[in-house]
Amino acid sequence: PQLTVRDALNAALDEELERDPKVFLMGEEVGAYQGAYKVSRGLFQKYGAGRVVDTPISEAGFAGIGVGAAMQGLRPVIEFMTFNFSLQAIDHVINSAAKALYMSAGQINVPIVFRGPNGCASGVGAQHSQCLASWYAHCPGLHVIAPYDAEDAKGLLKASIRDDNPVVFLENELMYGANFDVSAAVMEKDFVLPIGQAKIMRPGTNVTIVTFSRMVAHALQAAEELEAQGISAEVINLRTIRPLDMKTIAESVKKTNHIVTVEEGWPAYGIGSEIAACIMESEVFDMLDAPLERVTGVDVPMPYAKNIETAAQLAPHNIVNACKRVCYRNK
Amino acid sequence: FVVDGENLTADLPPIKTHLVDGVPTSTKTNKTELLEYYRTLLLMRRVEIVSDLLYKSQVIRGFCHLYDGQEAICVGMEAAITKDDSIITAYRDHCTQIGRGDTAERVLAELCGRFTGCSKGKGGSMHMYLRSANFFGGNGIVGAQIPVGTGLAFAHKYNTNGGNSTPGSPSSQVAISMFGDGASNQGQLFEAMNMAQLWKLPIIYVLENNQYGMGTSKGRAASNPDFYQRYDNIPGIKTDGMDVHAVRDIMSFAANWCRTGNGPILVECDTYRYHGHSMSDPGLTYRSRDEVSDVRKSRDPIDKLKRVILDAGFAAAEDLKVMEKEARVQVDKAVEFAKNSAEPPLDQLYADVMVPNPNVVNGSYVRGAEVNSGIGSMMG
Repeated sequence: PQLTVRDALNAALDEELERDPKVFLMGEEVGAYQGAYKVSRGLFQKYGAGRVVDTPISEAGFAGIGVGAAMQGLRPVIEFMTFNFSLQAIDHVINSAAKALYMSAGQINVPIVFRGPNGCASGVGAQHSQCLASWYAHCPGLHVIAPYDAEDAKGLLKASIRDDNPVVFLENELMYGANFDVSAAVMEKDFVLPIGQAKIMRPGTNVTIVTFSRMVAHALQAAEELEAQGISAEVINLRTIRPLDMKTIAESVKKTNHIVTVEEGWPAYGIGSEIAACIMESEVFDMLDAPLERVTGVDVPMPYAKNIETAAQLAPHNIVNACKRVCYRNK
Repeated sequence: FVVDGENLTADLPPIKTHLVDGVPTSTKTNKTELLEYYRTLLLMRRVEIVSDLLYKSQVIRGFCHLYDGQEAICVGMEAAITKDDSIITAYRDHCTQIGRGDTAERVLAELCGRFTGCSKGKGGSMHMYLRSANFFGGNGIVGAQIPVGTGLAFAHKYNTNGGNSTPGSPSSQVAISMFGDGASNQGQLFEAMNMAQLWKLPIIYVLENNQYGMGTSKGRAASNPDFYQRYDNIPGIKTDGMDVHAVRDIMSFAANWCRTGNGPILVECDTYRYHGHSMSDPGLTYRSRDEVSDVRKSRDPIDKLKRVILDAGFAAAEDLKVMEKEARVQVDKAVEFAKNSAEPPLDQLYADVMVPNPNVVNGSYVRGAEVNSGIGSMMG
């Protein structure tokens, strides 16, 4: 069967709302309007205003309300219309949710999911076009998840809702409409993927490309171009940013001896930086035949004009170039 | 007041109200209650006094915000609700923890950073919790407890109505979010209150107006320092926060207001903190010694209760002295318990970062300061 990312997320929400009466969805326009990006389409009609809760434009307020409801035993799914707006509420994600279990020595857990579109969108300028993965992945006490395709979206959102920990679930606006072939298992109501496990999207032997979210598509496209040039690239879809699946990365590098990381976020202190550091600190360093290279978003706020907006983002050819450099096939 | 056997009837101190009628103006109490409240007030006061000493002798570290002067709020509030109701407060939380039923031992041990403390020594002064009695802390970010507390109320309402809550429906449990006059200017308060009123959530906002947000007097911070009437369509009552019965009876009214589906209500408790904002604040640069000693002389919640007990003939001065001594002995023992308790074992450093989840791969790895320390392995 075929499934869009939007429908996969919608099905995950629908199934979990149906399975557990403690689950509820809350956010701006999630109910009567059926979602700013229609991820919650039909749920308000099916579950009512008590469980698909429209909020005013009050991120700090409803993120905090979600945390309190979770502390008291409910399982809120809090939608940020985009993750850009989560910065209004980041205190509740970090200080109220992520640290509660530790500060209370295990007494108080916060089973909450903060979800919504993250990353670069199209033509919306600097405040609405950025990746916040490394912001949240920095913090202990959170699981940080970034699905790529429909399978990821469904299996990981369900896993997140069932997790007793706070989860930051980073979707991508530009992927909502993408259609994927999925196995029959994905359509089942008990389809849940493990958190913290990366997926090899394409096996290869010459270079490992590690990425997540929409950049998996870029990496797969780059891998095809590389194959035409005689370089076999293995593409790893991280799926989960925190905890990081270094085991899968290590096993891949053991085979390929070369690695390139790809993310649409800024380079400084990013996911690629963390992977590079973990490689430097482990036996993976000894497996490398060349230094790791990062491919990232350009280190500027996102511009509006189409030509420079495009130039601010990485493209498949950037990945191709980096892979050829680390394989000493190009200057 | 009027005494009838062991019962006592008295007028409550004057109140001010905003959008609410039928607030009680007199109280009924009795000898047993009065002595119980007196005992709890003495215990709370003593815990804060010894905390001051322990801080000065460097046994208690970091931030430490003392509650002496404000104890009547915790005692009166607890007398009006049950442990099925939820509370969240800010960082001045030692006495809230005791009010919820925890012991002086566990509170002082936490302050001393011991494993026997109520947060196993991992929370400290600002982060005490008692999940079994629905106490959710202990929040160190000024104002953050207001939406979180509103979320506790959201859950109570949700649980009462199976997720199909309609405005105006009753709730058996209520939530209380406590904050000061300082936090009353936080933007997220207005966001949370708006939703609470929109959805008729069963929450009492207890505004402990101790007149100063750190060193800034309420008049220098709030364009309208009449907090009880400041929040648009949220009903408000201002009462004497240094009178146990005033707090108790107004809170009882407020709890009933929430339980019967009327939505949120604000109770402003007019109070005073004797200590500075925290231990680094002598508390005398922005207010005078005379101001503090005048409040101590004229409004102290313990003295006030003591006068009632004595004047009503419910106890003799010597009996109350015995109770004071008992509180001292009890807290001294608690100090010894705390001091003699062990610090958390080192493996506590890595405990309780995440709830174990069999569906998480590599979830137990916690990196230490060096690559070869910590628990678990980077490679899963």
